[in-house]
Amino acid sequence: MELLVAGAIGILTLVGIYLILRAHTFPVILGLTFLSYAVNVFLFAMGRLVIDRPPVISPDAAGYTDPLPQALVLTAIVISFGMTALIVVLALRGYLETGSDHSALDAPRQPDERGEA
Amino acid sequence: MTLLFVILIPLLGALIPPLVIRSGRNACAAATGSVTLLALALLMSHAPAVFSGEVPKAGVEWVPALGLSLSVFADGLGFFFAAMILAIGLLVIVYARFYLSREEPMGRFFAYLLLFQGAMVGVVLSDNIIALLVFWELTSLTSFLLIGFWTKRADARQGARMALVVTGGGGLALIAGLLLVAQAAGSYQLTEILVRGEMVRASPLYLPALLLVLVGAFTKSAQFPFHFWLPHAMAAPTPVSAYLHSATMVKAGVFLLARLWPVLAGTDPWFLIVAPVGLATMLLGAVIALFKDDLKAVLAYSTVSHLGLMTMLLGFGTPMAAVAAVFHIINHATFKAALFMVTGTLALLASASMAGVPLFNGFLSKEMMLEEAAHTAYLGLDFLFPVLASVAAVFSVAYSARFAIGTFLGPVRHDYPHHPHDPPLGLWLPVAVLVVPVIAIGLFPAAVAGPLVALTASAVIGGPLPDYHLALWHGLTPALFMSLLAFAGGAALILAFRRVDGVRARLPPLDAKAMFEAASGGLVVACRRIVAALHDGALSRYMGVTVATLVAVGGYGFWSATHAAGARPLLPVTAPALTAFLALVLASGAVLLFHGERLTALILTGVVGVVVALAFLQFSAPDLALTQISVDVVTTILMLLALNLLPKTTPREGSRAVRWRDGAIAGLAGLGAAGLAYAVMTRNGTSISDFYLAQSKPGGGGTNVVNVILVDFRGYDTFAEIIVLGIAALAIYALLDPALKGAAVRRIKAMLPRDEAKDAHPLILVVATRVLLPLSLVVGAYIFLRGHNAPGGGFIAGLVVAIALIMQYIASGYGWAAERMKLDAQSLIGAGVAIAGLTGLAAFAFGRPFLTSTFGYLHWPLVGEFELASAMAFDLGVFLTVVGVMVLSLAQLSRVAHRVDPSPESRAPMDVPLEGAASGAAGKED
Repeated sequence: MELLVAGAIGILTLVGIYLILRAHTFPVILGLTFLSYAVNVFLFAMGRLVIDRPPVISPDAAGYTDPLPQALVLTAIVISFGMTALIVVLALRGYLETGSDHSALDAPRQPDERGEA
Repeated sequence: MTLLFVILIPLLGALIPPLVIRSGRNACAAATGSVTLLALALLMSHAPAVFSGEVPKAGVEWVPALGLSLSVFADGLGFFFAAMILAIGLLVIVYARFYLSREEPMGRFFAYLLLFQGAMVGVVLSDNIIALLVFWELTSLTSFLLIGFWTKRADARQGARMALVVTGGGGLALIAGLLLVAQAAGSYQLTEILVRGEMVRASPLYLPALLLVLVGAFTKSAQFPFHFWLPHAMAAPTPVSAYLHSATMVKAGVFLLARLWPVLAGTDPWFLIVAPVGLATMLLGAVIALFKDDLKAVLAYSTVSHLGLMTMLLGFGTPMAAVAAVFHIINHATFKAALFMVTGTLALLASASMAGVPLFNGFLSKEMMLEEAAHTAYLGLDFLFPVLASVAAVFSVAYSARFAIGTFLGPVRHDYPHHPHDPPLGLWLPVAVLVVPVIAIGLFPAAVAGPLVALTASAVIGGPLPDYHLALWHGLTPALFMSLLAFAGGAALILAFRRVDGVRARLPPLDAKAMFEAASGGLVVACRRIVAALHDGALSRYMGVTVATLVAVGGYGFWSATHAAGARPLLPVTAPALTAFLALVLASGAVLLFHGERLTALILTGVVGVVVALAFLQFSAPDLALTQISVDVVTTILMLLALNLLPKTTPREGSRAVRWRDGAIAGLAGLGAAGLAYAVMTRNGTSISDFYLAQSKPGGGGTNVVNVILVDFRGYDTFAEIIVLGIAALAIYALLDPALKGAAVRRIKAMLPRDEAKDAHPLILVVATRVLLPLSLVVGAYIFLRGHNAPGGGFIAGLVVAIALIMQYIASGYGWAAERMKLDAQSLIGAGVAIAGLTGLAAFAFGRPFLTSTFGYLHWPLVGEFELASAMAFDLGVFLTVVGVMVLSLAQLSRVAHRVDPSPESRAPMDVPLEGAASGAAGKED
């Protein structure tokens, strides 16, 4: 099972990074979503994989999994929504203003050749 | 403790002049002077102790474990320098009052001056070397402000920048050097380092530490080849030049050499580097000074030359030479400060001292220098130092004479723009005060300067003083003959000046400023090229470089360590798990290949999200599964809304090679992440979570540990997080609100008419969502209330309620839903953050820290035992913020399209005037 989870983290990372290396905004946003999945599962996995032992205190529980990574990941999921939403809107506004959804600047800045500041 | 105030008073006192300047220039100067006088008086209160051999100390600890403290000590050297800085500072303040014209911002000038003064005193009194380094950099910064005081003048700006680049850059080397010294000595306290010289010199860190410290000292004290900044710093107002170049700034480097003399000196590398650098500087400065026609330039190069002299003496590494160096520091400070503030006949005396004429103090220390040089052999060359030192002395006699003759003894000129007049008292009094010691020490050295020299020199040497004798007449020593030779040579040089100058004029000119400007300009251009190449505005390149670097560093770490398999037993793979994994692999692979079709890619991403949520559920994280699934719903809706206004496909981009390169980077990163996760998961580890598990119920009053961590144990994090969420939502609002103007509107209009569904608001969807709304709200309330004890809580409840509200927008259209939203989302966010914050503040009322929680049990009739925790109020804040954030972001997105073209929204199917009982569905909203 650990191998499956590790493999999933690897694949999610791969897709996420491949997509954020694209030059258009929408694949980059999708890439960020994939990376968020990867990072969240990774963080979660730091608490090790435990089955049927949710961290809810009860007299007849046999034991509990590590609640701390869960708390961290829960906030991370919500925060990544906030981040995704902001980037989506940035991309949208950029597209509406310029008519291009390239993630790169249109014209690379020409370096100012003069040394004098 | 008063010793600490000697530093703090000028630093804090810097606030006073800009305020007092409103009361006039005299008041301003008086206030500034009193600040310095107070610091000086405090310092002098320690004089009896220092002269009786004690070393007063003071300080406050900051992080003792890291060796960080603001501690000061005043041994002979520090005391002498601090006294010199403050005393000459006082004279400079008086002089500056009369020097600055009415139009110049005197308040600002004195503020800079006091800041600089405080920093300088800090350098010389610091015990902790970190504090010393901070003050050292502070002197570079404040001297930048002082040198560039006449901001309108290009040469002032350039000179200030050059000084900052050279001395500030040297300061960086010094930081490294002193940290190495501290490492070698095992202490950050100078008082301890000074007695551990043996340890430092034996350490393998000695040589790198020495080189770095010397770079710092040489740049500050304008030693060859860093001497070029000093003359350009002369673009400063004269009081600044007088201060910086006689007693303070440039002496800091010499001070440092003297300070660390017991630790670093006495070795071959020290002598072989420091002594010739000092000699070269002394010679070069004297030669250039002779050929300068500008008075301040002559003085500047003369300062360079004298600094070289002191450095050379310290470089000799013998106690006798150190005594001579200290003596010359005293003498130079007096005559050079006087020369900068030069007025009339008094300056003749000072320049006589500069030349080393007998009966003036400069003669004595120069004599001692020549005596030391006469006995110094460098790498077996017996004549190198004596001869070159004598040559330097020849030139220094010559330029002093030229300075004196050219300025004060030359023919009377009548072509000045203004008729020269006798200066006011304030301009010549400071000079007079300085000339007194010039003559007094010259005549009666042992009586006037003896105790001070002994005190300071013993602090420099850190051991017993050599047998020396400060006197006018030492008999027929080699130094005397060298002095006589210098006078004869100097006189000859002056007589033959025109001819010599002609020779010089034929030599190729060497303009240090142009070279510096060219070098720094070239550096800037090179940096810009690198930045332009790395930061070409392409996000994909930044990301590629970042990820590739991470992979490389991670790979290096991996290959340079040993590995063994983990011991934790693996969980067995189940069929559903394998199926879910395959679904994830297929969906991810499809996204990778077909991300050009954006809608498809978005749907496939949703599949991945579901698998992740299932994984959370499988591995004992019901809270996470709930959160993930609801966030995915909101995210998908958000992306769909955005996609409505964005192109629906991504053109195939980049060449095959580029795609493979990106694929390789991504693959390696994926491999690394997978390997790392696997390595951790197959090992057991310790966690701090036992505390949370044990304390959740007794301490936090809840059994759902994840929720208790969020709202109680780590409530501060959560509080900050909802603030961040709120800010993100407001940023979205700010970004989209103005998108309804200009080019954006034209583009949106161009996209219309879109392929509208024939029935934009299907009746079944409308009815279903309206029926579901109250149900969803009840579910939301339930999830919220049980959150403390069972999976749920503010985050999840907020998401559920937000989805229910957003569904109304989707089903019934923006206009219809917005009309019926009685609460605007911004207020929800504001209320949420405020409630969470106030809950935290309420703890103060009970004398507890921020966000301390409490809980109790109420007995409600019918309901029974009911728990009420203050954390629930906090969770309510979280809930409201989440609802507000979600609704605000999505509603804003849907509004963009709606505002531009509200027409297609037919109202008919939504508010069908249904008869009788059927109106219930629509009535739910009211």
